[in-house]
Amino acid sequence: MSATIFRFLDRVGLEAFAPVVKLIQGEDVALQMRRIAVNFGAPLLTFLLFLGAWSFASSHIMTKYGHLPSPGDVVTQAGVLWEAHVEGVRAEKAFYEAQETKIAELTAAAKIFSERGQADKAARMEELAREAKQAKFSASPSYVTQILTSLKTVFAGFIVASLIAIPIGVLCGTSPVVQAGLNPLIQIFKPVSPLAWLPIVMICVGALYTTRPEEAWFEKSFLSSALTVALCSLWPTLANTALGVASIEKDHLNVARVLKLDTWTRVRKIIIPSALPMIFAGLRISLGVGWMVLIAAEMLAQNPGLGKFVWDMFQNGSSQTLAQIMVAVFTIGIIGMGLDRIMIILQRSVSYASVSR
Amino acid sequence: MRGYVELFNLGKTYDTPKGPQVIVEKFDLNIEKGEFIALLGHSGCGKSTVLTMLAGLNSISQGGIVVAGREIQGPGPDRGVVFQAPCLLPWMTAYDNVALGVDRVFPHASKAERRATVEYFMELVGLSSSMHKLPKELSLGMQQRVGLARAFAVQPKMLLLDEPFGMLDSLTRMELQEVLADILQKDGKTALMVTHDVDEALFLADRVVMMTNGPRAKVGKIIHVPFERPRERARVLAHESYYDLREQMIEFLEEQEKLKHQAA
Repeated sequence: MSATIFRFLDRVGLEAFAPVVKLIQGEDVALQMRRIAVNFGAPLLTFLLFLGAWSFASSHIMTKYGHLPSPGDVVTQAGVLWEAHVEGVRAEKAFYEAQETKIAELTAAAKIFSERGQADKAARMEELAREAKQAKFSASPSYVTQILTSLKTVFAGFIVASLIAIPIGVLCGTSPVVQAGLNPLIQIFKPVSPLAWLPIVMICVGALYTTRPEEAWFEKSFLSSALTVALCSLWPTLANTALGVASIEKDHLNVARVLKLDTWTRVRKIIIPSALPMIFAGLRISLGVGWMVLIAAEMLAQNPGLGKFVWDMFQNGSSQTLAQIMVAVFTIGIIGMGLDRIMIILQRSVSYASVSR
Repeated sequence: MRGYVELFNLGKTYDTPKGPQVIVEKFDLNIEKGEFIALLGHSGCGKSTVLTMLAGLNSISQGGIVVAGREIQGPGPDRGVVFQAPCLLPWMTAYDNVALGVDRVFPHASKAERRATVEYFMELVGLSSSMHKLPKELSLGMQQRVGLARAFAVQPKMLLLDEPFGMLDSLTRMELQEVLADILQKDGKTALMVTHDVDEALFLADRVVMMTNGPRAKVGKIIHVPFERPRERARVLAHESYYDLREQMIEFLEEQEKLKHQAA
């Protein structure tokens, strides 16, 4: 039982909690207390120091919009943003309820008119009902909506990047010719900033994605953000996959050679499983890079998402909006940490070597 | 005389920064069908080089190798290899490791037939009860049993064993030597085993081929092992000529060692 708990904690990267479990089990209390003090006391202390420094700074730095927001202001603004979101959800619900009622009334009226034999009036009512149906609730997206947009975009970009990077990485790792051929391009494009890619991506999306808006699956802004994320985040996965594939144990490859496995079986049964831990290490870096890139891309391109939120708040320029930007900073950080955690869990679950029995 | 396996005028030259280095030269050996050859020599003399060339994992510099009437070109499942380390794929169970080869070599057999093959060889090496475990859950000795099962299960024309028990403790090593002797008794496979263990060679082989020390290593001396099969360790050890043969082998190895020091 306890072994299962420890294995779980190890898998999800929460080893810090292991002493707590041991303490509950009554194992060497003094030692566990010391460990808990290190695992939780130290982070708590640093956090308090950070809050102290921040409070000091906020009361001493005067901006043109007033004082730099204090931790308290930021918490307040987080509440404000949340209430605005709740209010927005309520308003949207109310709008659609009202719309339903209106359509129902118009349809009923149309029925009455047609029973009376006034066909033209009935047709008019039906047309009004159709018009009412098409009305969409419009309000500036709330903070939570922006977060969801950003998450959707980063995952879309990340998936596109992975689908490109992993196969190319496998090719690079298995074939010295491909590796030699692609290496210069990779070396040149890898260090390019997302901000340089963005205009090119936007122009290309504008030129190539000509589907009419009402038929399109994605909005242009979504596509250009996601592709920028993909372009910047595919490199770590590509490099790691190539390295992982190239550093497969020679013994394992000899097994494949002796059996004369065909290429596809070799890739599927030997190369990919062997390189999987490295591939996931790359994916983890990629997702982190993608998340950073996305915020910058959204700011620059004014594409919906957290980055746009930050830019809009900056343009609004007041003490409250400054505090809201700080809320965004924490949100971005916490989400980034959460994404990293998820990747750590995935990475540990595929590493055949390090998992203890 | 032409054998089932022929190594003629075999040579291996490596290019080093100091110029070409000849490791093996003019290595001639004929192996009959069903014969077990132990290749003995000091470490670094080039015995593994000969084996890897026969396996096709190492390119041949001079001469050639013929197996069952055909000159070999690279590796292939007609020559099963057991490596010194078990070399199991760590992400697959013992069963899947063996099945990988079976599925490759008998693609037209039914699923049930292939499963039966894998299970038969798993039983032969005494692993029926733990065949669905991952390699890391098995001891080194058990992993090497899987290695043996994997090599036999593809039913190769010959078996190549590269110091297969070199990493095991002596008790496990003796156990596995018996497992190997048992399977060979049932299967009658032609086999070449590289070893530096004199007793192992005597227990398993029909002929012990001893190599001279490199560079330019070749066949130095061949000893016929007259013990009847099936062999039992106690009876082998009690055989009248056992210690005589053992003495001859050690004498040869010591002589080689002396020559090496004189050359140096």
